[in-house]
Amino acid sequence: MKSSPVLRFDDWTDPVRPVERELISLTEDANKDLPPVLFVPGLGHGAWAFAEHWLPAAAARGFAAHALTPRPGGSRRAQVHDVVQVAASLPRQTVLIGHGAGALVVAYAMGRYPVRAAVLAAPVMDGWPTLWTALKTNPLGTLPAVFGGRLRLNRKQLFSAGLPDERAREILDRVVARPRRELVVHDPAPRPVGDPPVLVVGSPDDRVVPRSSLDRTATRYGGAPLLFPGMGHDLMLDVDQAEPIEAILDWLTKELGTGG
Amino acid sequence: MPDTPDIADRHDAVCVIGAGASGLAAIKNLREHGFEVDCYERETSVGGGWNWRHDRSPVYAGTHLISSRPLTEFPDFPMPDTWPDYPDHRQVLSYLERYARHFGLADSVWFGTEVVSVVPVGDGRWDVTTQSTGGGSSRVQRYAGVVVANGHNWSPAKPEIPGDFRGQVIHSAQYKDPAQLRNRKVLVIGGGNTGCDIAVEAAQQASTVWHSTRRGYWYAPKYVLGRPADQVNDRLLKLGLPLRLRQWLYRRVLGLTTGDLTRYGLAAPDHRPYESHPIVNSQLPYYLGHGRITAVPDVVSFDGASVVLADGRRIEPELVITATGYRPRFEFLAPELLGVGDDGRPDLHLHALARQHPTLAVVGLVQADFGLFPLAHWQSVAIARWLRLRVSDPQRAAAVQQKESTRPVASWSRRRVVPTARHWFEVDHADYLRAVEGLLHEMEPAQ
Repeated sequence: MKSSPVLRFDDWTDPVRPVERELISLTEDANKDLPPVLFVPGLGHGAWAFAEHWLPAAAARGFAAHALTPRPGGSRRAQVHDVVQVAASLPRQTVLIGHGAGALVVAYAMGRYPVRAAVLAAPVMDGWPTLWTALKTNPLGTLPAVFGGRLRLNRKQLFSAGLPDERAREILDRVVARPRRELVVHDPAPRPVGDPPVLVVGSPDDRVVPRSSLDRTATRYGGAPLLFPGMGHDLMLDVDQAEPIEAILDWLTKELGTGG
Repeated sequence: MPDTPDIADRHDAVCVIGAGASGLAAIKNLREHGFEVDCYERETSVGGGWNWRHDRSPVYAGTHLISSRPLTEFPDFPMPDTWPDYPDHRQVLSYLERYARHFGLADSVWFGTEVVSVVPVGDGRWDVTTQSTGGGSSRVQRYAGVVVANGHNWSPAKPEIPGDFRGQVIHSAQYKDPAQLRNRKVLVIGGGNTGCDIAVEAAQQASTVWHSTRRGYWYAPKYVLGRPADQVNDRLLKLGLPLRLRQWLYRRVLGLTTGDLTRYGLAAPDHRPYESHPIVNSQLPYYLGHGRITAVPDVVSFDGASVVLADGRRIEPELVITATGYRPRFEFLAPELLGVGDDGRPDLHLHALARQHPTLAVVGLVQADFGLFPLAHWQSVAIARWLRLRVSDPQRAAAVQQKESTRPVASWSRRRVVPTARHWFEVDHADYLRAVEGLLHEMEPAQ
């Protein structure tokens, strides 16, 4: 019998095993009227990728801010499970902000959990165009991953030229990415439950997510992408990281209609 | 007809009756579909029957889930994955409280307020009369729809046993604490999950335990092959095995796990597997085997200190607990609104939608081999989508109604069941959810 959003045989017969989840949280100055925000990093990144800039930026605007490290080697189903588990554990309906492949996880999580709002940042939503772009931009780093090995991202893909070399090196060393086949081959993300507001942000100069893919994703969620020209794929770590997060938080504040 | 001045018109708002699990799901999903909701709750807190503080709660100290966690949680708000396979009633209540807080549902609830009457005023609208629980002045408000979620496990169905009895007789609703059983001679009447669970608690506390059942049942264990039994059962459904084959497998698996219980004096089942509400209890056979529970047949009458059994035997318990279930009650609604027949059974489409009144629905009035919360969730999504469609696209709504009226009852309701009131609302969760999903698809908003 076929599974569906209503008939969830996978969850009923083979529930995802619980793991200890790494969650970095900044909640001290949280304004009770604002929903919690949960950052979901993409391939090879962890909560650390947000801990430096975007997490404190959200906290400074009064949001209870959290960032989740994806479970090592987890399937997408397990990652979606973890995101929904954390979102449901927070006191109020949560805002999800996913980056890269984490945006795909957020898109799936939205099919299950009614988010307060969601942001898809540099979302890796189209498998084949993304793989094609990666092979063109970084063939040596990408090819091993096609055969199940490690994906070596290079600085051209993740950052603009403005980021100092040693800083880029430091981050690239932390990125340990082993993409699974399901990142490329997957069904379109489900329709979000509860009809939440969704914002797509990205950069036209992103060497991971092609501009056409960004437009397609934004259209699917009923808008146009908010663009930050000149930035690399890692919007939250690149030199101009403050611009996208401030724009995201402005958008959130406006959508939530709380004025704060 | 001009409005009488003392009726407050709530325009497009929907009234939800009850803030238990089903009512909370209804509030959440109606609000998610853009409705304003007024929910009336007679108690002063959420949780309905799962809240042991409430007068009408059937919960006792040892209450645990019968269905396992993944089959019981709301699909959009999972229980913590670190919880056990079968959480207890305290965890379930804390879960419902967290659900209410997470989605801010209490903002829509009028606590300590009960609904006295619900009357149609034409045009699909309803006059709802409320008053403070236990009295006070009443108030009438007009709503665009009414969703009844008053639960069906609070009005005890008590058996009429002729004769006088010198001992104490209580319904399982009044059983709260194992101390009530300690060192007493106890007779538990009823072979449902509650009856079996209380018999097991009695086996651990009482001096003597008799367990009276009217017929043989299929007693499934809580675990099969190291997994919760309902999860294993759903594996068979997922594989798409036909009912006959699943019935055969059920017999085989029970033969290998629970084994033959007739040697303890229990009757053999008089029906096939899947033709009665599932009984899931691993400990009952254990205590039968240890002589702590004595299986006895139906009770015929009381006679002074004795209870007379169908086989002519007499036993002398000090305490009789009738675990004979509950009956649905809708005192605030005229019976014909829910199509209630002479036997007291409401006749609703998908056990949820009133056939003659498109703006009246009931959530949670189902019995399944599954947790109730997910069923209540999808019912309330369907109801919310239906009420929305009626407003936004009446033509399409009429087409949906037309199409639904041709949906065969046998496709969603389990027809081959033991013919008792206990099985009025029995459904197979996969068939039922597929039918609700079909209805949801028909009402899918345009992308």
